[in-house]
Amino acid sequence: MRYNWLKLLKEGFNNNSGWEKTWKNPELKKEYDIIIIGGGGHGLATAFYLAKEFNIKNIAVLEKKWIGGGNVGRNRGGNVGRNTTIIRSNYLLNENEAFYEFSLKLWESLEKQINYNAMVSQRGVLNVYHSDSQRDSFTRRGNSMIINGADAELYDVNKIKLLYPFLDFDNARFPIKGGLFQKRGGTVRHDAVAWGYAHAADQLGVDIIQNCEVENFKFKLGACIGVETNKGFIKANKVGCAVAGSTSLLMSKANMNLPIESHVLQAFVSESLKPIIPGVITFGAGHFYISQSDKGGLVFGGDIDGYNSYAQRGGMETLEDVCEGGLALMPIISKTRLLRMWGGVMDMSMDGSPIIDKTHINGLYMNAGWCYGGFKATPASGWCFAHLLAKGYSHALSKNYRLDRFKNGYMIDEKGQGAQPNLH
Amino acid sequence: MIIDHPLLGPRDISEFIYLGDASLLNRPKWDAEDAEHSFYEYLYLRKNVAGVHKELWFHQQGDRSWLVISRNTLTHEITKVDLVGNHSKNMEILND
Repeated sequence: MRYNWLKLLKEGFNNNSGWEKTWKNPELKKEYDIIIIGGGGHGLATAFYLAKEFNIKNIAVLEKKWIGGGNVGRNRGGNVGRNTTIIRSNYLLNENEAFYEFSLKLWESLEKQINYNAMVSQRGVLNVYHSDSQRDSFTRRGNSMIINGADAELYDVNKIKLLYPFLDFDNARFPIKGGLFQKRGGTVRHDAVAWGYAHAADQLGVDIIQNCEVENFKFKLGACIGVETNKGFIKANKVGCAVAGSTSLLMSKANMNLPIESHVLQAFVSESLKPIIPGVITFGAGHFYISQSDKGGLVFGGDIDGYNSYAQRGGMETLEDVCEGGLALMPIISKTRLLRMWGGVMDMSMDGSPIIDKTHINGLYMNAGWCYGGFKATPASGWCFAHLLAKGYSHALSKNYRLDRFKNGYMIDEKGQGAQPNLH
Repeated sequence: MIIDHPLLGPRDISEFIYLGDASLLNRPKWDAEDAEHSFYEYLYLRKNVAGVHKELWFHQQGDRSWLVISRNTLTHEITKVDLVGNHSKNMEILND
């Protein structure tokens, strides 16, 4: 079924009785060319691009619970990186910036590609700065973005006052001096990303199998030949893992220790308010980022809690820290009441950058280490992982996201923090 | 979370800084044959346990002691708190 306005009109007159399922509930086959473990944003995107761009049709996505129920569903999509359903490409290092700019370009044409309304809204992302040295580093980052084909503008304080007159410009400790603005950045409806990719992949013949938990890999002569699940053994030529915070647990079944720690990241939503924040704003002196959803809730977040966790919930001390940052930036929200808060499990890598690579085992591939920045990367991650699975070698844009870069000294450390995952 | 400090009693987690897996106490020998590989594993690879995790915390806003804490990463329940000093004599503390 394709969604279009004619269908919408027809169903409007038809008491909405003719809508088909967005994706089917297919019978599990005994054998697939490629199995993707993890029915989140990245796994579903991978399956879609495998079918669409690389013309492989015999694919299954195995999800232990329901699709889009992990980080992409709790987006800030968990994997949302400094983002609360935010998309942007404002990185400094070339290895990252080119990749994320490719992702942003894919976001721009996503809805046509998947025939699904993902509410992609390029409302602009503003990072404010508070000092001369911070201005210089933001200028450098902006230049790096432009060199890599992205858009970036340095805003002075007067321009920001036109956009967001309510910010605390004269804050005694952190006065706002200006900001780095990416106009093409914005927000996306996170659930619709999972559902849209599932819909599109399903249309192309991908089997999306829910409630199917992978319990073990099966190896033969040192190669991965399939997976053992709660629904029995499934044979596959290639197995790709895209399970975010559970990566270490899954790969331990292949006796792999990874350069990853799982940490909890919280997100917060306020009660619905009249529109006040047209775009996305991030605070430069602490860690706080905020946007307003179409339903009116202020969606905001900050740092990860900072300790290993698989609990999908965090502590009050982080809430306090986030709110302090928010009030320093925009005292206008001080009376806003919090409606909901939740946590997701992030796969924090040792240098803060992701891994899209083969493993040392033939036929076993992994896509992980997205820290809390995976949401915006969803399309490019899916595309590059599909490329790797289909062709057996890395896409040019993800060739630096190697698993062995930690051993060989080619870290991609955007923040320069070293091997300390809770600081990335 | 509240950490029951062995000397100071229950303290709020916001006074502490987290370093990570307690196996970081087990620094490899610098002059061993396989030192290069051991340091790679020591620095970058983690068990990332789901369950009871022995980990290092620093009481930065307190008495600046280093603690080894056994905490369940699935529930955040803390079952044991010990000074690092009591532990370095006994390398049994590592996560397996």
